Amino acid sequence: MIEIQLNGQKKEIRAAITLAHLLDELKLKPERVAIEVNREIVKRDQWSSCVVQDGDSIEIVHFVGGGSISRCQTNS
Amino acid sequence: MSDKLIIGGREFESRLFVGTGKYQTFELMREALAASGADVVTVAVRRVDLSGSAESLLNYIDTDRMMILPNTAGCYTAEDAIRYARLGREAGLSEFVKLEVLGDEKTLFPDNEELLVATRQLVKEGFVVLPYTNDDPIVCRKLEDAGAAAVMPLGAPIGSGLGIQNVNNIRIILENASVPVIVDAGVGTASDAAIAMELGVDGVLMNTGIAGAKDAVAMATAMNYAVKAGRLAFRAGRIPRKLYATASSPLEGALS
Repeated sequence: MIEIQLNGQKKEIRAAITLAHLLDELKLKPERVAIEVNREIVKRDQWSSCVVQDGDSIEIVHFVGGGSISRCQTNS
Repeated sequence: MSDKLIIGGREFESRLFVGTGKYQTFELMREALAASGADVVTVAVRRVDLSGSAESLLNYIDTDRMMILPNTAGCYTAEDAIRYARLGREAGLSEFVKLEVLGDEKTLFPDNEELLVATRQLVKEGFVVLPYTNDDPIVCRKLEDAGAAAVMPLGAPIGSGLGIQNVNNIRIILENASVPVIVDAGVGTASDAAIAMELGVDGVLMNTGIAGAKDAVAMATAMNYAVKAGRLAFRAGRIPRKLYATASSPLEGALS
């Protein structure tokens, strides 16, 4: 197992899985989400080749209703 | 006669842009979006809720008909706004971004210094940048010089419903601008939207004015008409304002 930071929360996941697998395990539909690893965007055509590393900080975002609302969340 | 709005090379039938925030339910939002007739909907970029079953907003937006316009709502620095814009592009697969860089939580007024920095950077990265800004003709000019595809001056503070507070500034912005001018924020009711359109602005963007109304769907319909009516009136050319009456019936042939 490796430990990553996922959307601001610590999470243990299997070692040597790709971003595509991670989305699959999280039951997230890949359409219209975006992924940042260590503050760099990983384009969707690289999700099946990008292997998650121990200690990675990963953000998975999507569209929500808006509107000007509270502060940016991914800063936390 | 064709009267299409063109921004960043893309044509739009409707001149009303709507937000997707603050609706009680997704169903209500879907109905209101349909009633508004808008071609463009703004959405925010936020973390996916990993705890489970949150439904996707996009299931309730007719993406065949409407363009998704990601915004950078809630960002207070150019750096954050650029980050959100890039994520929005990746999630939505479109170069368009409604750029917001706020300066203050109470007023939600833009931080124009940061806004300009973010606009320059995003234009360089190939974005079609639509910046939300003050009703300040100088800032609008600078944004245009920085490569903004449109400028979006506020009518009044976000969510205030105060209507167009400085009609004359909007007029000056219109006189100077060679990109589309979209009034963004401050519209409270249909007449506010019509007034903006009668000034000759190219479009109006609103969210709270519709989502916060007692009957959001009815207000969306009203806004749809108001934007169309205001546009038609602008194109028709209003009569000059005069202090005294001018008879509209002929004096000739009156009984003596």
